[in-house]
Amino acid sequence: MNSGDTAWVLVCAALVMLMTPGLALFYGGMVRARGVLNMLMMSLASLGLVGVLWVLYGYSTAFGTDVAGVGLLGSPTEFFGMSRLVGAEALSDTIPTFAFAAFQAMFAILTVALISGAVADRARFGPWVLFAGLWATLVYFPVAHWVFAFDETNAAGEVTAVGGWIANRVAAIDFAGGTAVHINAGAAALALVLVLGPRTGWPRETGKPHNLPLVVLGAGLLWFGWFGFNAGSALSAGDTAAVVFLNTLVGASAAMLAWLLVERLRHGRPTTLGAASGIVAGLVAITPACSAVTPLGAVAIGLVAGACCALAVELKYRLRYDDSLDVVGVHLVGGLIGTLLVGFFASESAPEGVAGLFYGGGVDQLWRQTVGAVAVLAYSLVLSWFLAWVLQRTIGFRIDSRGEHAGIDETEHAETGYHFADVGSTLRRPATEERGSTDALEGSFR
Amino acid sequence: MKLLTAVVQQSRVEEVRAALVSLGVRGMTIAEVRGCGRQQGHTEIYRGAEYTVDVVDKTRIDVLIDDTEVDEVVRAVVAAARSGNVGDGKVWVTPVDSVVRVRTGETDERAV
Repeated sequence: MNSGDTAWVLVCAALVMLMTPGLALFYGGMVRARGVLNMLMMSLASLGLVGVLWVLYGYSTAFGTDVAGVGLLGSPTEFFGMSRLVGAEALSDTIPTFAFAAFQAMFAILTVALISGAVADRARFGPWVLFAGLWATLVYFPVAHWVFAFDETNAAGEVTAVGGWIANRVAAIDFAGGTAVHINAGAAALALVLVLGPRTGWPRETGKPHNLPLVVLGAGLLWFGWFGFNAGSALSAGDTAAVVFLNTLVGASAAMLAWLLVERLRHGRPTTLGAASGIVAGLVAITPACSAVTPLGAVAIGLVAGACCALAVELKYRLRYDDSLDVVGVHLVGGLIGTLLVGFFASESAPEGVAGLFYGGGVDQLWRQTVGAVAVLAYSLVLSWFLAWVLQRTIGFRIDSRGEHAGIDETEHAETGYHFADVGSTLRRPATEERGSTDALEGSFR
Repeated sequence: MKLLTAVVQQSRVEEVRAALVSLGVRGMTIAEVRGCGRQQGHTEIYRGAEYTVDVVDKTRIDVLIDDTEVDEVVRAVVAAARSGNVGDGKVWVTPVDSVVRVRTGETDERAV
């Protein structure tokens, strides 16, 4: 084991953890004021539930021994409760398995939270939590196995433990989760939108972002945490982490510029929301590619992603689907762009050491990228649609129209996000009193 | 007694307040309000979607004054609030039946 690598991965795990509250603020600022708390809570719920599921069977499902030896599913019971994890992580051999498990836990939490932006203002909280748990179990954990679990080999090069099929059989390059995280979450977001339908009054009466400074704060936290997300995925503090770190910076920088340029040309004004969105689009697209391209390649990918996502988010009005905060337009489209562009911009001088189409490698890597991207997209879209449909048909997923009219914060959480004056608000029941004893306070003070 | 109400541009509030103070008016109520008039709204763009904002931010100032000082105060407020642009607002005066100062119980002219 190596203390430097271990320290790096633990710090990166903490950085990635911060991305989920960052995402909550990024999304929270974009909804109308009376839905901000529900938006925050959907992300926080993931930090709670998925964190616990990860310890129970999530890690084991993603990184346990492959059940049938075909790379589809890790054994959910092998490391149940994270027993028998003490010792060095098998592939890197330089960090504790617990550090790797903690780092990967943050990925699972963030991926589930990403989906929530598509169903702003209209998903009941209980069913959302249920969906989050089911989706993590049936979609994220297996797909993480496909993409992130590498074969273990002995000194003679023989496979001693089978990993995921996309990582090993297809050999698609997805360094930090363009497929497993972003295409996966983006496709699930699309499925939820199709099942739940648009917000009442969309697009005319659903309001505009209520707090853009909050959005920028969230984007800043996401960018900061993303250095852990990408550079931490090297699982060691060395050359690869350093290249990835720089690529993560410039990919987002270039995408922000491209998004603002598209806005300037199409609408006359570069906007704050566009800058924040461009940053995230660039980060999404560079995520799968950051170990496979040169810094100039990262700039190219960022420019393409920023411009394409800026155009993609306008499509929903034409296609008539209410992807409220553009999870599809940014994460699905950005994830596809980044994953596929690896096939074009991969350079042998990057740590991955693979040449793409533009660097004399032909189409070999491109088709591998395509297979990985399409497989995750299709699996996530179909299964997410089915899960959401079952929940909607059984317990009901969507809030009723009265609740939607009153605002989801009031309906689902009995709170409001902003209190600028105390007028008209008095304490009716202290926290310790029984519910229903409405005049308990007067009674105890008289 | 009269109630003078002025709805003015946000940027002119300090001038109006200073004009009132210089005339010896010591109390006023200032509120941030929104409304529409002859002034055009504006357009905002969020991820390519354009929103028209027809209701604009204004500031409303309410002042209780004596009948004798109405003309003088109205002139001062109008002069202070004017920028010459559409959307400078309005000033109007309404009669008041009675006034009570809460702390002392003084009434009417003595309470204004």
